[in-house]
Amino acid sequence: MADRRAAEFTTRSIKTSAKEAGLRLALSMVDLTTLEGKDSPEKVRSLCRKAVTPDPTDPSLPTVAAVCVYPELVKVARAELDKSEAGKKVSVASVATGFPSGQYPLEVRLYDVRRAVEAGANEIDMVISRGLFLAGQRGKVFDEIAAVKESCGDAHLKVILETGELETYDLVRAASDLAMNAGLTEHDFIKTSTGKVNPAATMGVTLVMLEAIRDHYFKTGVKIGMKPAGGIRSSKQALHYLVMVKETLGDDWMTPELFRFGASSLANDLLMQLARRRTGHYMSPDDFSEA
Amino acid sequence: MNEHASSQTEPKADARSLRFGESWDYAPAPESVKVEIAEKYGHYINGKFTTPTKTTKFFGSINPSNEKVLCKVTQGTKKDVDKAVDAAKSALTGWKRLSGKERGKYLYRIARRIQERARELAVLESMDGGKPIRESRDVDVPLAAQHFFYHAGWADKLKYAFPNRDPQPVGVCGQIIPWNFPLLMAAWKIAPALACGNTVVLKPAETTPLTALRLAEIFDECELPAGVVNIVTGDGATGQALAEHKGLDKLAFTGSTSVGKKIAAAAAERDIPCTLELGGKSPNIIFDDASIDQAIEGIISGIYFNQGHVCCAGSRLFVQESVLDEVIRRLEWRMKSLRVGDPLDKNTDVGAINSKAQLATINRYLKIGSEEGAEVHVPGGGEVPAKGYWCRPCFFTGVQQSHQIAREEIFGPVLAVMSFRTPEEAIQRANNTPYGLSAGIWTDKGSKMFELAGKLKAGVIWCNTFNRFDAASPFGGYKESGFGREGGMQGLRGYVKF
Repeated sequence: MADRRAAEFTTRSIKTSAKEAGLRLALSMVDLTTLEGKDSPEKVRSLCRKAVTPDPTDPSLPTVAAVCVYPELVKVARAELDKSEAGKKVSVASVATGFPSGQYPLEVRLYDVRRAVEAGANEIDMVISRGLFLAGQRGKVFDEIAAVKESCGDAHLKVILETGELETYDLVRAASDLAMNAGLTEHDFIKTSTGKVNPAATMGVTLVMLEAIRDHYFKTGVKIGMKPAGGIRSSKQALHYLVMVKETLGDDWMTPELFRFGASSLANDLLMQLARRRTGHYMSPDDFSEA
Repeated sequence: MNEHASSQTEPKADARSLRFGESWDYAPAPESVKVEIAEKYGHYINGKFTTPTKTTKFFGSINPSNEKVLCKVTQGTKKDVDKAVDAAKSALTGWKRLSGKERGKYLYRIARRIQERARELAVLESMDGGKPIRESRDVDVPLAAQHFFYHAGWADKLKYAFPNRDPQPVGVCGQIIPWNFPLLMAAWKIAPALACGNTVVLKPAETTPLTALRLAEIFDECELPAGVVNIVTGDGATGQALAEHKGLDKLAFTGSTSVGKKIAAAAAERDIPCTLELGGKSPNIIFDDASIDQAIEGIISGIYFNQGHVCCAGSRLFVQESVLDEVIRRLEWRMKSLRVGDPLDKNTDVGAINSKAQLATINRYLKIGSEEGAEVHVPGGGEVPAKGYWCRPCFFTGVQQSHQIAREEIFGPVLAVMSFRTPEEAIQRANNTPYGLSAGIWTDKGSKMFELAGKLKAGVIWCNTFNRFDAASPFGGYKESGFGREGGMQGLRGYVKF
């Protein structure tokens, strides 16, 4: 039934003004991401400019929510963003804790977090130890998340469950509850995937996590955010996700503070659709900068 | 309003509520396909649409979402029924002599043509009956096509369905169908009859004859031999004339139990076979070990699908006491995102009530429910259109087994919520009804599921799902929900003799 319900959201027909508003909202929720071994300072600077001015021909567009990079590039990103007033409001998210596998000693992972925060990261995207979780040592996973949360200081924490490795909805739900109970505070996130494992985010997985967020909110009053990541490339998909959030958690979650898209190519598709609405015709992908 | 109501029962939840407002409202998304509708329609008899004479009487087919008359449809007289039965009789010899393979070809052709004209049929179905386009587009029309495809496959394999026997067609079948799934019910009736070599006189419901007439056009396009299917439109009197006709070899009826009893009597008088698919008051049982969010979806599709105009609707909800409050709370949230309105808007979840008369019936039960002491909940906000027949999805709590709303079929988006403590109690109360069409079980425990499924008196039992249909799966009831099966290999039995 979870898959059936998730599929229902994709049958909503979003047209005209609703489409325009949805595309803009989705753009403002993007965590513009580059997580490759070959990432260079130049690429990250370019990404930051894109984050602040997604489409130079349309100044009315919002900035994206954040840029998401490896710890070594946090400093570069923060410095580039801080060059403009608009850029100062864009967060720098850093993956940490031995991303993407998390197969490192806890001290190393915590050090990774502290360094990223010191370098200026506003948000930390951690990975849980799937090995421990699947082995049934959930208490240890809980303690680790709590320790990472403490190391984050003022930075918001996003807990990546890597749902593609958990496989079942039961485990996704259990991991969601575990993460939220391990001391996450308002506007911290749970996140589906690293983007390095297939399958990454799916509608069904996201629905199960949204339901967990809803139940956690009613139990504790704390609003946790949701970030599906990986595999969301088209505007249409993004609108489906927004429909799902709106009809599962309601209006309060329809903000970048509580919902994000972890994506690299989604932004350009959103821009292409927005340009099409503005100009009446489709542009070439080459009309938009890659980063 | 809703916040107020919840504050009385759960003061804490007041501060923590989900807001389902207008923050990102979906713009209207009307279906753009325009369907041509003639001013007047005749019957389809012997391969031709009848032309009106001076004495022909018409009645209007109304769009229940705006009360406008879509077109005029012919009121069938006894003479019309005579002609139709005669045509079916004349066509019988040729049709049953045709090899199964050839009959199958016609059925395949019809199925493909339904697919090709799917959008048109879906729009027409929503205009004539008030059901949301997403349902007519995604459920009614594809399933109708599937029934023709499925039975096309059986046409030349009947001997395998009845090993060591020699299945022969029954003859001329009189078929009377209801207004809740007009095209789909026509397919359920016609496809197996034709596959088995019978000929048909079909009477669609008075309020929803248009898609059946469109189906007649499709038969015509597929060059189905004249008289194999005849369609006579009209009200109850036409139905009675058909049911009591001496020339029939079989009666098949889907509709209310009260009319079904009359049909059974008419069939008994002439000693002809009869299959009935009648009303229901089906239980949907939720255990505390179920996945509650999934179960909520099952409740929604169980009772609010097609405005509750579903004979197998899960209209009695039994929730294990320990999760009752949680289920009700989640059901209320979920219902806030149901969109009631224009059936032709692609984002509409719940459309218009089929007719003025049905709306009056539903409203009468809503009144009775409150008078009996149950509490009605209508979680969804927003205005319904001023014109048309509308009923917001709702449910009753505080319902007792003896209440009328827990015993009688309402056939609307109205749910009766009750609780139970033990599985034994659930079974007992679920079976304590004159009906027995369907039942739903929600639990993550397989052994419990099978234990219950064996004890529930219902023709169809869904486990961790509800209102799922397939041409390969037999459908039908126990007790006053009728007898005989439709669909699947078992459904063929009603259309053959040995």
